[in-house]
Amino acid sequence: MDGKDWNYSETVKEHFFHPKNILEIDEKEYNPDGVGYVGSPACGDMMKIFIKVKDDRIADLKWQTFGCASAIGSTSMLSVMATRNGGMTLDEAWKLTPEMIINELGGLPANKIHCSVLGDKALREAIKDHFKRTGQEDRIPDDDKSRVICECLNITEDDIRMEILEGVKDFKTLQERTKIGTVCGKCQDTAKTLVDFYVGRYYTDDIYTGDKK
Amino acid sequence: MIYLDNSATTPLHPKVKEKIIQTLDLFGNPSSMHTSGRQVRALVEESRREIADFLNCDPDEIIFTAGASEANNTVLKSATTCCAFCNESRGHIITSNIEHPSVMNTLQCLSKQHVDVTHIKVNSKGLIDPKDVEAAIRPDTMMISIMYINNEIGTIQPIKEIADIAKKHNIPMHTDAVQAVGKIPIDLQELPIDFLSMSGHKIYAPKGIGILFKRKSSKNICPLITGGHQEKSMRAGTENTIGIIALGEAVRQCRLEMDENEKRIRALRDKLEQGIMAQLDHVIVNGDPEHRAYNITNLSFMNIEGESILLRLDMHDIAVSTGSACSTGSLEPSYVITSLEVDPEIAHSSIRFSLGRQTSEEDIDKTIEAVVETVTFLRKMSPII
Repeated sequence: MDGKDWNYSETVKEHFFHPKNILEIDEKEYNPDGVGYVGSPACGDMMKIFIKVKDDRIADLKWQTFGCASAIGSTSMLSVMATRNGGMTLDEAWKLTPEMIINELGGLPANKIHCSVLGDKALREAIKDHFKRTGQEDRIPDDDKSRVICECLNITEDDIRMEILEGVKDFKTLQERTKIGTVCGKCQDTAKTLVDFYVGRYYTDDIYTGDKK
Repeated sequence: MIYLDNSATTPLHPKVKEKIIQTLDLFGNPSSMHTSGRQVRALVEESRREIADFLNCDPDEIIFTAGASEANNTVLKSATTCCAFCNESRGHIITSNIEHPSVMNTLQCLSKQHVDVTHIKVNSKGLIDPKDVEAAIRPDTMMISIMYINNEIGTIQPIKEIADIAKKHNIPMHTDAVQAVGKIPIDLQELPIDFLSMSGHKIYAPKGIGILFKRKSSKNICPLITGGHQEKSMRAGTENTIGIIALGEAVRQCRLEMDENEKRIRALRDKLEQGIMAQLDHVIVNGDPEHRAYNITNLSFMNIEGESILLRLDMHDIAVSTGSACSTGSLEPSYVITSLEVDPEIAHSSIRFSLGRQTSEEDIDKTIEAVVETVTFLRKMSPII
């Protein structure tokens, strides 16, 4: 443990030590309208989000995690953001990003960003699950609208951005994880430029506050 | 604070602190001929003798360094190069897959030149089979370097057996004994190794001082730092005199307290381990419960993540460490725990408690209580059943 990792904001600490909206009863008893489950214990974090939907808004949200302080703090914050002021509409909730959560948390140490990206993913999975349960599959947004970078493997700019958020810091690691540019190879230069761009955005400062554009 | 991270570093022994304070004004350069230099020289040599007596070797075989990382670098780099001015490295080195980063990364650096490195795999308890070491020996093997006690899980390697094999094949043998010195008796007349590294700050001396033991009969080393003739020209630079004097005192205290510390700390460690396991299910002991340093227990608390446990214990003012990836700032958890051929989540869930001479029974009682509370709380929010 590096002392630098302790640079958690007071808000992160508050949410870590006193997490909000944890599912403490049995899932069946809670009876959610949608459940999202992402990550794996092998990777060191997994996240489960349960939502209740009323009038197309997140009426309630509960969660469980196998995760570190940053994962717990950011998901607790996400649960507050999604449910406050009568709850986000499902469309708004779908668009919740790690950057928005990090911003509300008052920043996260750059090397902990990757621990905070599971919550919003699990939330989208839960919304997707709700759409499926209620016959609204047509409302599941098409996530592939982001610019396709690797045409051979259909990897988008957003996929690259998410990889960087999850801790990838160089093209070689990106390639190991996604196989990007291993077929025809013509996207490699563009992909390298994007890696540099996003690494610069998220990791230049010790604390990433989410508000840089 | 309840400090259970003594394998990371230790607080100063009160006697060492006292000694440092007494020494602060002795600024003389031990290489100077005048009184102020000679006065410090005498204390430096007294310290060297103290350490040599403790390890049962000749004072001339003790080289003061900035710590074990420097000692490890010196030995490994000079094993494969011929002189300080020759930057080409060749040959073969045998080591384990759970060494400290100062060995791992130094060898990785050498392997980018012309050095071949064989990493002997430990078994599921973290132990090396000496037979595997013997089988890995090649005609061009220049050195065998195996740590004495692992810093994360506390496993004690069969160093004597491995050293006997090295001797039989006439290969220099090095051990990183950072976690062993002061905890288990080391008699360098009995143990046929050529080089040994240690750090002062693991035995209640300050940071920035350590030693490299180099047997007189062993191959010469080339200094990592060249310059003046300090330390028989094997480590240039004006000596860290206060550090050296402090280390001598720390070793003296080690010798006096060793038996009593072992008895007391072992009992506390066992109480901690048993106390936790009596109240919590799904707790795994990492490493070998038998061949293990008496002050370490490394436990995995299934279904929850190490950094969360660490930070919540920190809230209770209890200091421990973890092998989870989140603590390393990388995507990979501890390579020591994953080398035990366990699922990665066991590494992500691991916590090392390392006790020290200052640990009290009350500390252990409070820790058991805090661990049970923390683990129960975090498990309640875990999605894994």
